[in-house]
Amino acid sequence: MILYALVLVLLGLGIHGLLAKRNLLKKIIALAILDYGVNLLLIVVGYRAGGGAPILLPGEDPAAFARGSVDPLPQALVLTSIVIGLGVTMLLVAMALRLHQRYGTLDVDRMDRLRG
Amino acid sequence: MERFLPLFTAVPLLAGFACLLLKRAAPRAAPALSVASMATLLLLASAAAIRGEEGVAFAGGWGVRSSGEGSFVAGIALVLDGLSRLFLLLVAVVGTASAVFALRYLAPEEGLPLFHVLFNLLVAGMNGALLAGDLFNLYVFLEVASLASVGLVAWRTGGAEVEAALKYLVLGTLSSAAILLGITVLYAATGFLNMADLSVAVSGGAVPRVPLLLAAGLFVAGFGMKTAAMPFHAWLPDAHPSAPAPISAMLSGLLIKTLGIYALLRVLPVVTGMDGDLRAVLTALGLLSMWGGVLLAQAQDDLKRILAYHSVSQMGYVLVAVACGTWLGVAAGIFHAVNHGLFKSALFLSSGSLERVAGTRRLSGMGGLFRRAPATSAGLLGACLSISGVPPFNGFWSKLLILVALLSAGQPAMAGLAAGAALMTLVTFVKVQRKALFGPLPARLEGAREVPASMFLPVLALVLLCLASGLLWPAGVDGLVGSAADAVASPDGGPGAVRAYVERVHGGGPR
Repeated sequence: MILYALVLVLLGLGIHGLLAKRNLLKKIIALAILDYGVNLLLIVVGYRAGGGAPILLPGEDPAAFARGSVDPLPQALVLTSIVIGLGVTMLLVAMALRLHQRYGTLDVDRMDRLRG
Repeated sequence: MERFLPLFTAVPLLAGFACLLLKRAAPRAAPALSVASMATLLLLASAAAIRGEEGVAFAGGWGVRSSGEGSFVAGIALVLDGLSRLFLLLVAVVGTASAVFALRYLAPEEGLPLFHVLFNLLVAGMNGALLAGDLFNLYVFLEVASLASVGLVAWRTGGAEVEAALKYLVLGTLSSAAILLGITVLYAATGFLNMADLSVAVSGGAVPRVPLLLAAGLFVAGFGMKTAAMPFHAWLPDAHPSAPAPISAMLSGLLIKTLGIYALLRVLPVVTGMDGDLRAVLTALGLLSMWGGVLLAQAQDDLKRILAYHSVSQMGYVLVAVACGTWLGVAAGIFHAVNHGLFKSALFLSSGSLERVAGTRRLSGMGGLFRRAPATSAGLLGACLSISGVPPFNGFWSKLLILVALLSAGQPAMAGLAAGAALMTLVTFVKVQRKALFGPLPARLEGAREVPASMFLPVLALVLLCLASGLLWPAGVDGLVGSAADAVASPDGGPGAVRAYVERVHGGGPR
């Protein structure tokens, strides 16, 4: 239950940071926090109280394995999601760097050339 | 055909990697590789469309397993049905036109191979999303396509381009997070990711309603942002004009449909069905986009921004039609989405040609270009007529079909509003033609010259397709669009379409 609450806190923090912060790097950090909130939820969804690591050993009975370990699928999804998050964050930081070189600021209000 | 399904993703992926490998050895090979990979896709997609192929392929030798409670899918399923078939064809057609256009449009400057790497990745991501049979692969391919498109929007690396790309990526990541959250909620509630298994679990009635509605809400927000439906549209008018013209054509013509409209049509019927509340939300989003987009377009002077706002507006039409929930509404929406893909990509490509001819994208800097660049102008004119809904172009028929669908669903007020927005569209594009193509030629443009044939021919080909799908739709197009609509809704309004999808997936592949 505490973990679910933590997920909500992370999601809330992420959205708050994304909307309220003017510094581009802080916005990027907020997005990363939001991402981790979703990842944590995935892990929590697959968790089973007292479950072991989901590694099927040779000779082990699959049915007993399924009862005794946590759900491995969300873990695989989270791995993929973390890799995607890494790529997104790197791209964001690279573009923020480029904008900083050009405008000399990371404040989104002061670089706003676009009308939306 | 099943054996060939992975090729739709593998061909552009391999072409992309080849561009990267040949970056130093043969930088000139990259554009040719792009054209070749798009042509291969066009061949594959037309073969699938002409033969009406359907099927399922499983990655890595996995397949359908049976347990005491019925069969379920183990592994990754690629599903080809009427809907994915039509969109694959659209991706291949617009992709080929854009790749050919890019041959002469982009100067052979430093980094051209990297452009083609991203171009092929974009296509691979879209095709993967179109074939994905489970939600997580849909999400992964959607991210592949989004990230590639961000790189392409920032391609010219000017301040405005990078800023637009950054805005696009931030909002895109937010929408992806919403989609992943929706997937997580669904997985927690049902224990399935495969859409066929999901729909079996949901229609069994054992799944509580709250997580389903939560997931549906998250999907509408996430995919709505990818569609650029108002109020989630803010990134599109910056991002699409910032990209080079062939990429604008890919983004406006394909990306907002494959990641937005297609994903909504695929996921929502499986998750909740098109129930009343959901339809009301989609109608509201559609109406807002339809009118908001067209009104904001009036104030623009930059040709590409006008086109971008009209993409928002036209997606509104599609959403309103789909939200009818009837078979006719879905068919009209799909027909309009495909038509929009054809004429909007023609419009964006000709905006690139016009920029080359006139040296500016501002309408106030153009005039009288018809005499200077007749082929480019003819292409632009045809595409303008098509988006304005002038018969016999395809835009007229799909807008008419949307009106008929709205009327027959008992929404005459909605039909009136849609017809009004169509008139506003006509007004904008009459203005575009008068300012750009006719009237006096500014002295500055005395020396303006026509663009090379490899730039105007793809546009003319797209316009011809617009005309052909307008003239021939009762004969040929009807079958394509009809079978696509069959995959989403049944003519009797029952759950037959979703059931057919489940049977197709569970009946295919090795056991």
